[in-house]
This record gives sequence, structure tokens and C-alpha cells, in this order.
Amino acid sequence: MTKQHETTNNLTPEMFTVVGPRLEESDKMTKKSVSFWKEVFLRFKQNKLAVSGVIILFIIALFAALVPELSQYSYRDQLGIYNQAPSKDHWFGTDDLGRDVFVRVWYGARISLFIGITAAIIDLIIGVLWGSISGLIGGRVDDIMMRFVDILSAIPYLLVVIILLVVMEQGLLPMIIALSITGWVNMARIVRGEVLSIKNREFVLASRTLGASTSHLIKRHIIPNALGAILVTMTLTIPTAIFTESFLSFLGLGVTQPVASWGTMASEGMGGLRVAPWRLFFPAFFISLTIFAFNAIGDGLRDALDPKLRK
Amino acid sequence: MNSNHKLLEVKNLSQYFGSPSNPIKAVDGISFHIFEGETLGLVGESGSGKSTTGRSIIGLYDITGGEVIFKGKNIHQVKSKKEQKQLKREMQMIFQDPYASLNPRMTAGEIISEGFDIHGMYRNKNERQAKIISLLEAVGLNREHMTRYPHEFSGGQRQRIGIARALSLDPSFIIADEPISALDVSIQAQVVNLLKELQEERNLTYLFIAHDLSMVKYISDRIAVMYRGKIVELGDADEIYHHPIHPYTKSLLSAVPLPDPILERKRKRIPYVHEETPDTAKMHEPLPNHFVYGTDEQVNKWIKQAKL
Amino acid sequence: MKKPLLEVKNLKINFKTYAGLVQAVRGVDFTLYEGETLAIVGESGSGKSVTSNAIMKLIPQPPGIYADGHILFEGKDLIPLSDKEMSKIRGNEIAMIFQDPMTALNPTIRVGKQIMEVILKHKKVSKHEAQERAIELLRQVGIPMPEKRFNQFPHEFSGGMRQRVVIAIALAADPKLLIADEPTTALDVTIQAQILELLKELQKKRKTSIIFITHDLGVVANVADRVAVMYAGQIVEYGTVNDIFYNPKHPYTWGLLGSMPDLNNKSDEKLYAIPGSPPDLTNPPIGDAFAPRNKYALAIDFEKEPPMFKVSDTHYAKTWLLHEYAPKIDVPEPIVRRMERYKKEAELGE
Repeated sequence: MTKQHETTNNLTPEMFTVVGPRLEESDKMTKKSVSFWKEVFLRFKQNKLAVSGVIILFIIALFAALVPELSQYSYRDQLGIYNQAPSKDHWFGTDDLGRDVFVRVWYGARISLFIGITAAIIDLIIGVLWGSISGLIGGRVDDIMMRFVDILSAIPYLLVVIILLVVMEQGLLPMIIALSITGWVNMARIVRGEVLSIKNREFVLASRTLGASTSHLIKRHIIPNALGAILVTMTLTIPTAIFTESFLSFLGLGVTQPVASWGTMASEGMGGLRVAPWRLFFPAFFISLTIFAFNAIGDGLRDALDPKLRK
Repeated sequence: MNSNHKLLEVKNLSQYFGSPSNPIKAVDGISFHIFEGETLGLVGESGSGKSTTGRSIIGLYDITGGEVIFKGKNIHQVKSKKEQKQLKREMQMIFQDPYASLNPRMTAGEIISEGFDIHGMYRNKNERQAKIISLLEAVGLNREHMTRYPHEFSGGQRQRIGIARALSLDPSFIIADEPISALDVSIQAQVVNLLKELQEERNLTYLFIAHDLSMVKYISDRIAVMYRGKIVELGDADEIYHHPIHPYTKSLLSAVPLPDPILERKRKRIPYVHEETPDTAKMHEPLPNHFVYGTDEQVNKWIKQAKL
Repeated sequence: MKKPLLEVKNLKINFKTYAGLVQAVRGVDFTLYEGETLAIVGESGSGKSVTSNAIMKLIPQPPGIYADGHILFEGKDLIPLSDKEMSKIRGNEIAMIFQDPMTALNPTIRVGKQIMEVILKHKKVSKHEAQERAIELLRQVGIPMPEKRFNQFPHEFSGGMRQRVVIAIALAADPKLLIADEPTTALDVTIQAQILELLKELQKKRKTSIIFITHDLGVVANVADRVAVMYAGQIVEYGTVNDIFYNPKHPYTWGLLGSMPDLNNKSDEKLYAIPGSPPDLTNPPIGDAFAPRNKYALAIDFEKEPPMFKVSDTHYAKTWLLHEYAPKIDVPEPIVRRMERYKKEAELGE
């Protein structure tokens, strides 16, 4: 022990009167009240990569909404100038049918994003329902439902999709169906996992003790607490869907002309690769950029939601 | 205020888990009762079955065997949804982990008033808010805390919110499942004082499940000691503490470190060697209101040893 | 005067979090001698675990910062040492055991091998010799059939047995200092008693010094020679185990001792509970950190932080109540009873 009783200068006896505790200070909530989602948002904001993902997506969505409206060319106008390199009239050049690539890219953006998001939403609905029911009920029902999921994931995905597309003929709706038909499996597994972990937590037991019905438990406890994982999964399902659609279109199974998605554009672009490489480059670039943006957002969300980074 | 009216009677309660051919007998045929207004302490180590007992009584598990009779009614024979809901209002639970027992997405006010939603009570906004505030104040918090989230509170404060939630439906019986084990020592004292106050104010009956023997002795009127799914000893708190009969109880008491160095230096720990208890074992009452589980020979032997 | 094994001087540790700078340890001083046990008692937020992790240089930097002070082990300051230099000390001179044995043990490696690894890392012995020593260690920590259990995996042991294995690993290289961070908190009371007995036995044989971190005053009374009571990142009282239990001077220590039910407590007496909660260390209060919860707080407690006052050669307390200007405060009832019991026993002893 090195510290000793210090010389008491400036100390007066009055300072030593008993004043007692100040409990308001002790129990005061010093920090501003912040709800769970607000805190997630603040943590998300700190992640530069994730925020740049949001900005990129926002810009792409903006262009996708506005460019086809405002452009002097429509996506299907054949203007007679074939395979021209990017110029001031045609920022992304033209293709072999004389169409403006720039407006087609942004039109294609609408299609690709629409397909990706719709497929993800369908996956979400089926996956959440399937996973929650399976997880909540448990027992044999859970076993059966999960075996079905296992079987579905064991079937070669591409086979299923190709058969479906051949049977239904190509088009926007068939493509969405094909993407969703096996995509929900991942969401179902994740939701089931969340439900299993949440349903045994003490706050759910407490709610049951209060007399809560199963639907009350789902609404007030399970879904809100599973929401984080669901959101992250969804944010990562969208780029998968976009990529898969591009891939399938690349194989020639995509939406039919003159409707174009990035994937079909890339597919056509392959043909003119040596002559007009910009026809492949631009759609491929935007596919990659969009996928990157969604992944960055998904990762950022996952990190922002991670309770271990709390406290 | 102890009455002689039995609020809760547990008869031969069994709770088995796992495969029916080779079950894990978490609770293996226990019987006890709790009088209105008293606190029965239930102590044991891990694997004793004390938490399972609490959760079986409150209905979180479907019991394997036996009866739970509350206010004269066998609660597992209650069929009507309405009566089942009514039962929930009478019997409530406080949980161990202040971090896991509150939904992190709900505010303190929402957590406390969840019971109102479930039972359709206090639909009027002003009435509801007033009721929430009165519950917060009853547990030593205040209206400022109503809109805050669990992560903004300390462990002790969260446990108070859990207590307020248990009180929200005006129960007459509360099962406290290790309510202070996860709290700091000084906070434990706060919570225990609070529980005692509430018991007096509201004439509550408690089943207090814990492994901290000193705290259990302090808060309980009677104590039941559990070991591997059975109650091995049951009696008044002082009696169990000062005149234990069953060797497990003696061993348990001798293992508790006392916050007193001189007594600690003198303390001799008694190890427990488990003797198999065959089916002839049953509850004996060698002294008035003091019960011990074993065969006739075992109990006689232990009585002789205790007198020495 | 004996040379100290460990001297901690004015240790200050901060953490950078997104909520601000947390001052977890705010100037801690203590000394440890060979063969003795120092108990560090405190509640959540007291800084006791951070202090012990700091001695082993286990604080992740960032977000941790060694803001000030020295940790002198056998005269050498550990703070400026590199990770490589520390790795020669960890396990070898200073070992640590934690609360949860399952996280300390590698579930995929046989238990005997885990002990051998420590021996082989720090001692120049053959593999065969290391194996012999490992089996002997298992025997010393009370594991029956050590030759057989040597080849088992952690999951094949019960909780108490696992903690014994953890102790065996910690002692494998014969360290001079063992830091035990709440080693029995997660164990049943009967197992806890066995582990405490084991630690004391091993200490007697090997003359190991032990820093024992706990919040359980019963355990402190059982194992400690000396005690440091921590609150809000500082040591507020420091002395022999008898000093602390029978002559406590700090109101927080009174509060801790009073909040435990005595054997002789009548159950209609209220427990002496410290009101309020520990302070937020991103904004440590000015003055005495315990003041807002202190029934006996003086005006000066809210203005100036008290220095350590000397009560005796072995006993120090950081409270203005020990200043000459301070009023005489009656020590609370339960403490008085304890003190009287001590006096009686001391008289009987003579």
C-alpha cells in the first residue's frame, strides 16, 4: 500500500456532516431511451460498407424507376444504328437490333429486381409459415415437415427448375414460380431454428404462465424476435434469386423477348462479345453491383443485430 | 399470516422425460402441501428436480403422474378454457434469469401489462396506465421506467419487472424459481425484502425454489429438501437447519460456506454417500411436522445418529 | 520484510465502446506474497474480473486500454511486455482458472493430452515424463483412476470433475501464482466445498499464491488470508480476512456483510439491503462512487474522492468516515453481533 492519508488542506468540518444517499442519482436512467430497432439502425449506420450498399440500391432503384420514363428511346425501339459503341447519344451503346442499351439496362433493372424481390417474398411467406408451424408444434409434425424439406433440398435444383420452365413455357410468372419453388426451404430451416430457440426462452414461458394462447405467443414473442434473422435471410435471398434468374436466362430459359432482364441481355450480349462487348459488360456489371449491394446490406444487418456486440 | 387452510396440495407428483421405456425421472412421486400465506422453501442441487417441480405445478409441462390440487380443485381435471384461464390468474411464476425472462423487444410497461391483453382486462387506456404505474411502484420502480426496454435496466431492476408482471393478475400463489440466484449479493437482499413486503401486503403464498440455503432459511416458514427427484426431508425452517435428520440434508448444510472466518475454520464438512432407497421407502414423521424419507430401518438409524 | 510476488500499482483500465469510454478499473493497488490467498470481492461492475484478466494481459486491445499503472510480477512490469514474452509467463508462472470449465477445456482433445501440452510447452521433459506428470496431477486433484481417465474427453466428466481437470491443467507447469475467477460459482454447493478444499490442499503443498475472485462472502471466509473489496473500479477496503469481517470500516463492506442473512437472523427482521444500483462507469461520479447509495454519506463524499486511510498495518479503507473531522458512526447491528462473536472466540482461545 503506497497511498497514505493526505494532508488535509481546504477541508472544513462542515464538509463532514452526514447528508445521506441520493438515490434518484443512483436509479436515474442516464441514457436516452432507445428501442431495439433504433439501436440496430444506429449500429447499421456505422457500417460504411452496408450504408454504401443502401445508397447503391437506392440509386439503382431510382434509375430503374425514372430512366425508362424519361428516356427519349423506349426499350424496344429499333433505331437503325447497330452495335454502336457507347457515345453521347447512346451512353451504353446500341445492340444488334439497334436498341439503346442504356434504357434497356434500366428497364431490365425493373424486371430483375421485380423477379428477385417477388421470389424472395414468396419464399418468405411459405418459409415463415412452414418453419414456424414446424418449430412450434414440434414432435412428429416437425419431423414430417422437416423431412419434406430435406427431400426437396436433395433434388437437383436445376432439374426442377428446367422441367418447370419447359412445362410452363418461359415467361415472367413461370420464372418467379421456378425460383420460389425450392427457394423457401432455406427460410423455413432458419425460421424453424429461430422458433425452436425462442419458444424455450424464459420470457415465452412467462407468457404461457400468464395464459397466452399459441397465436398470442407467435404474434407478440416469436415473430418479433425472429424478425431479425428473417430480415437478414431475406436480404440475402434476393441476390441469390437475381443471380439464379440471370443464370437461367443465360441458359436461355429466361423471360421472352422483347421483355428483357439483365440475364437475358447478358445472354444476348454473349453473341456479340467480340464485336460489341458493352452489350455483355453493362448488364453483367449491374448484376454484380446489385448482388454486392444486397450482400453488404445483409451482412451489415446481421452484424447490427448480433447481441454479442451489445453491452 | 399463516392459516391452516391448504392452498396447494401436491400428491405423488411425477414428471418423467425421455423415452417411456427408460425415462429420466426428474420428479419421482413427491407429496407436500402449502398453507395459505406461508412460504415453502424447496431446496436441492442440480438434478434434484426442484425447478421441474415448480414448472410442473404451474402447468408448463404435462405431468406424468400424481395430482396437483389448488384451492380444492384438481387443476389437471379442469377442462373448460374459461376455468383454465381463471386458474392462470391465481397462480403465477417468477423466473430465474433476469436477462432471459423479459422479451427484449417489449418495454417494461408492455411486459407488465401483457397479462391484461391476454385476459381482456383494463381495456381503458387511462385505467391501464394507472394500473401499470401502481405495479411499478409496488416493486420499487417508477413511471419513468414504463417506456424503457429491458437492456436499459440492471439485473435487479429486471427482476423487479418480472415480479411486477407476476403480480399483474392479482394471484394468490406465486412460484419463485430461483429468483435471486443470478443477482448480486446486495441486490438479492433488496429483492428478498421486496418479496416479503409484498407477501404481507397482499397475503401471498410462495413456493420459493432455490439452492442458497441461508436465503431459503431466512425467507421460508417450512423447507423441503429434494435429492434426485424425491423429497428427502420436510419440516419447519429452523428445525431443518438446526436438527436435520436425513444424511443428505446434513451433508448439504455442512457444505455451505459461512461468511464468518472463525466459524468457517471450525466447520467440518460431512460428505454424503447415497444409500439406495428400495421401494419400501416412504415418508416418516418421527417428530411432529418433521418428515424424513427412507425405509423404517434407515429412519430409525438416522434418528439415533441425530440425537448424538 | 518478505518480497512480494505480485505488486499492482495504480492500475487503470478503460474500454472504448460505442456508448462511450468505460473506466472499468480506476486506480487499483494491492500486493500479494508467496503462499497466500488474496480474495477480491465485488459485484457486477466492480472491475474484479477486468483486474484479474489484466494481470494475465488477457484484455483485448482494442477495445481495452491499459491507461495507467504497473503490474510487477517478481519485480518485472508485465504491462510493456509483448504477447510473445507474456506467453512464456502464462501457464508457466501465472495460471488462470475460470468459471465455466467447459469453455476452458477443448472438447475434441483428450484430457490427459491437454495437461501434457502445458507441461511440454514450458518444461524440458520427454513426452513420457510429461505423461507421468499428467497422470500424477490428475491423481492430486482427486480424480479416481487417473490412468484410465487420462484418455477420456471433457464431456465424459461431470461439472465438478471438469473443474478439477482445469485445476490440473493450471497447475501443470507449477506456476507461482494462480488466478481463480469465480471457479465455483457455477457449481453445486457440495461440489464447491470439495473444490475449495482441493485448492487449499494444493496450495499448502506447492506454496502457490492464489488470487481468488468471487462475490460470495462465505467462500471468502473459507479461502482468504487477505481480502480486497472492490466497488466501481476501485478497491474500497483492504485487509486480512479478520479485519474485513470483524472490523469493517467502509459502508459498502457493511452493506455486503449486512445483506446476507445470519444464521441467527430472526426472519421478521428485514435484511440490511443497499438501495440503488452500481454507477455507470462511462460517467463515474465525482467524489466517492458509493456515495449515492450510502446511508452514511457525508457532504464531502459528493465533492472529493476519499484517499485510502490506514486503519492498521494490515488494514486500509477508502472512506471519508475515517477522517478526523468525520462524525462517529455506529456500525450496523449485524456487524456488531459478528464482532462480538469474534471477541468472545478470541477470549476463549487465549
